Amino acid sequence: MTATQETQHSQAMTPLAAGFHDPVHDAQACFRAVMNAMARPGTRQSLDTAGLKPPAPLTPVAAALALTLFDYDTPVWLDKPLMTSEAVKAFLRFHTGAPIVSEPVEAAFALVANPGQMIPLASFNQGSAEYPDRSATVILLGQDFAAAQTATPAVTLTGPGIQDSTTFPVGPVPPVFWEQVTANSRQFPRGIDLIFAGTAGIAALPRSTRILPTEV
Amino acid sequence: MYVAVKGGEKAIRNAHKLTAKRRRGDTSVPALTLEQIAQQLAHSVARVMGEGSLYDETLAALAIKQARGDLIEAAFLMRAYRTTLPRFGYSTPVDTGAMLVERRISATYKDLPGGQVLGPTFDYSHRLLDFALAAEDDGAEQPVEMAENDDQAMPRVTDLLGDEGLMEPDPVSDEETPVGDLTREPLSFPADRDLRLQNLARGDEGFLLALAYSTQRGYGRTHPFAGEIRYGEIEVEFFAEELGFAVTLGTIKVTECQMVNQFAGSAQAAPTFTRGYGLVFGQAERKAMSMSMVDRSLRWQELGEEPMAPAQDVEFVLSHSDNIQATGFVEHLKLPHYVDFQAELDLVRRMRAEWFEKRQQQEQGEAAPEAAQ
Amino acid sequence: MTDTAQIPDSVHEQGEYNFAYLDEQTKRMIRRAILKGIAIPGYQVPFASREMPMPYGWGTGGVQVTAAILGKSDCLKMIDQGSDDTTNAVSLRGFFEKTAGVRTTCETAEATIIQTRHRIPEKTLREDQILVFQVPIPEPLRYLEPRETETRKMHALEDYGLMHVKLYEDIAKNGHIATTYAYPVKVNDRYVMDPSPTPKFDNPKIDRMAALQLYGAGREKRIYAIPPYTKVKSLDFEDYPFEIQQFDKPCGLCGAENVYLDEVILDDKGGRMFVCSDSDYCEERRADGHLGPMAADPAAARVGNTKTGETVR
Repeated sequence: MTATQETQHSQAMTPLAAGFHDPVHDAQACFRAVMNAMARPGTRQSLDTAGLKPPAPLTPVAAALALTLFDYDTPVWLDKPLMTSEAVKAFLRFHTGAPIVSEPVEAAFALVANPGQMIPLASFNQGSAEYPDRSATVILLGQDFAAAQTATPAVTLTGPGIQDSTTFPVGPVPPVFWEQVTANSRQFPRGIDLIFAGTAGIAALPRSTRILPTEV
Repeated sequence: MYVAVKGGEKAIRNAHKLTAKRRRGDTSVPALTLEQIAQQLAHSVARVMGEGSLYDETLAALAIKQARGDLIEAAFLMRAYRTTLPRFGYSTPVDTGAMLVERRISATYKDLPGGQVLGPTFDYSHRLLDFALAAEDDGAEQPVEMAENDDQAMPRVTDLLGDEGLMEPDPVSDEETPVGDLTREPLSFPADRDLRLQNLARGDEGFLLALAYSTQRGYGRTHPFAGEIRYGEIEVEFFAEELGFAVTLGTIKVTECQMVNQFAGSAQAAPTFTRGYGLVFGQAERKAMSMSMVDRSLRWQELGEEPMAPAQDVEFVLSHSDNIQATGFVEHLKLPHYVDFQAELDLVRRMRAEWFEKRQQQEQGEAAPEAAQ
Repeated sequence: MTDTAQIPDSVHEQGEYNFAYLDEQTKRMIRRAILKGIAIPGYQVPFASREMPMPYGWGTGGVQVTAAILGKSDCLKMIDQGSDDTTNAVSLRGFFEKTAGVRTTCETAEATIIQTRHRIPEKTLREDQILVFQVPIPEPLRYLEPRETETRKMHALEDYGLMHVKLYEDIAKNGHIATTYAYPVKVNDRYVMDPSPTPKFDNPKIDRMAALQLYGAGREKRIYAIPPYTKVKSLDFEDYPFEIQQFDKPCGLCGAENVYLDEVILDDKGGRMFVCSDSDYCEERRADGHLGPMAADPAAARVGNTKTGETVR
């Protein structure tokens, strides 16, 4: 895109949406929700997005996560609906400074607005045996935690952060998603960590969680 | 006593008040000014700026005053202040070849372009206490005859050697791989030379001095010659993206040491001398020389040498060079540890009881046959 | 673009420093490390530890972790050796009062975040609490293999033979596993981890604990975590099972049994007493009317009065 096009485009755009009203305490509150979600896999943690109105298809909850976790040290990968939105990229660049990368394997974080069409988890950086922490965290947008409304049946989870086992109703996810998640947890300590962003809450699935076969 | 480990804010506050009182000392004696420290204790200021990793003579003077002359404590104050400062970016590489030289010596040539400039130095002084300095006013300024600086260029000795191909070339900076910064990324091993040099520049002078000395005594010998030591002012420039060119931020005083060391060469590359490099804030020759010798020792792998000495051990050297880390951990032994000590006490008591019990059984065992007779 | 990023300067509303001292970029970096630590229980995540205004070795790791998670509505408890009243606990509590203005407490039950050095409170922690440990040497294999490059490989390969050899040599030489604190554990059947220099008496508490545990090592630049209800096994042998220290007597002041006790020397003639290391636990029991065998002893009286008006708030 040339400089002229860029100018024309930004003139056509609506004004850049605001970030956190209170950057210090809003980010802290959001982080605590993420930390609790990661520490208690499959539990829904409510998240007050404090009036964030990011450009679609970025959602308020996903925007809050981005503002909390991203900065110039974290390359970010966007799926097609997000990548093709100049407004979304402008919002992320302005508020977080995170470099947007086109190769999934280069990303520290990935934002997926259309989870039904998500690329395989294996496309992202899995970390190494010596530095498993260098793997990516993938954030799925538009998630619904109400069991009745999800197309896929709830899965049962066990592992660190879970007292015995817990059921985890969530969707939409791609067709072979749970097989991918199972394979992901099998390669522990390497692997992807997942964050599910809903409309007013989040849940997480770290690589340490095992998926139990669901009884029919 | 048990009471001694009971903190209470009052006790801590009083301890700090007492420290302040002791720092000031006898109030009939005038207090030190920061200017006095910055001007008259320049070597202390240089050390605190170097190990504190922050170039600011006035702040260093303040830190020295606050720390009652404890230079490691002063460097710690500088570090703790430094981390709170916003970071705007990185300067462009400084050019020590363009230094406004106050002192420049080479041990490898009798004379060279720009000449030998002795400048301010303790070298060749007789270490006799100068009782004239004991007087409160130690006399009027002595006139000093300075050599005329007729703007003669002072090329670096290593560049002179390099022109002839005798010196390994300086590594060329590469846009693709930015220079590392161990204050932003945790150090991981093996560490590249950029990170090693940063670590050494911040490292403890005494630690580096001892390591450098050990290489001279055979623990990883590198056959060093002091190719050049220069001290003076250089400009620091910052590339301003919005302007599209570099702007000068100011000048700093630095000491640079380039050690010329024994050769490397192979079937593919002709033999050349190798470098050890030292660059530190202010006039700090001992540190710059030690740094250059340790830098050279740490390059054993790249130059195909055998590792056999502490000064060659990258992980050992880099993990223990930082005196702020070292002093913190050594001194943390002052903190109460009685919970762990209790656990050890209990184990030692139990082991002793078992030992005595065993011995008693043995003695009874030996006594029993006698009784039977 | 008229309406762009109206960010109020709340950073400076706090005064000289940001809320909880650390700048927001540093907090984000630490928060990301914490999330990875939680996702890989027991694995030590490298992080770009900052220089703090207290010395390395004096709690800089714990302080950075606490500063990164702390919020306005949190209530912070700070302990060292089990007590709220030890010098460094007082100093670090004061640091957060000054830089974050959060509520602090000495009562375990009231706290949402507890930062500790060398102890775990006797009272069972809840799901809504977070325990932050100050860690001096995070690498359990460090005393056996000083090289980071080597220990990192051992963790990657799950090669912990060296540790078992060390423990076994202890038994051969001393008849006991001679490790009484910082006793190594295996987390979730994968990583061998140093639970920080807490006495091994506290090891059973970290197994399947309801609270999230975060460990911060500032000088060594590592963060690690144990999520709630995670299996944590103290290393041992079939013929030498792990066991904790037993005290012969109850607490001299409150009569508590099965708690960790401090030995207090009362005079130079061998007079001594044992009192709860967890000062809050002891005080609460005494307030509830529990009396230990030495509670009325005049020599013990000055020991028991841990809370002065100075530190209660």
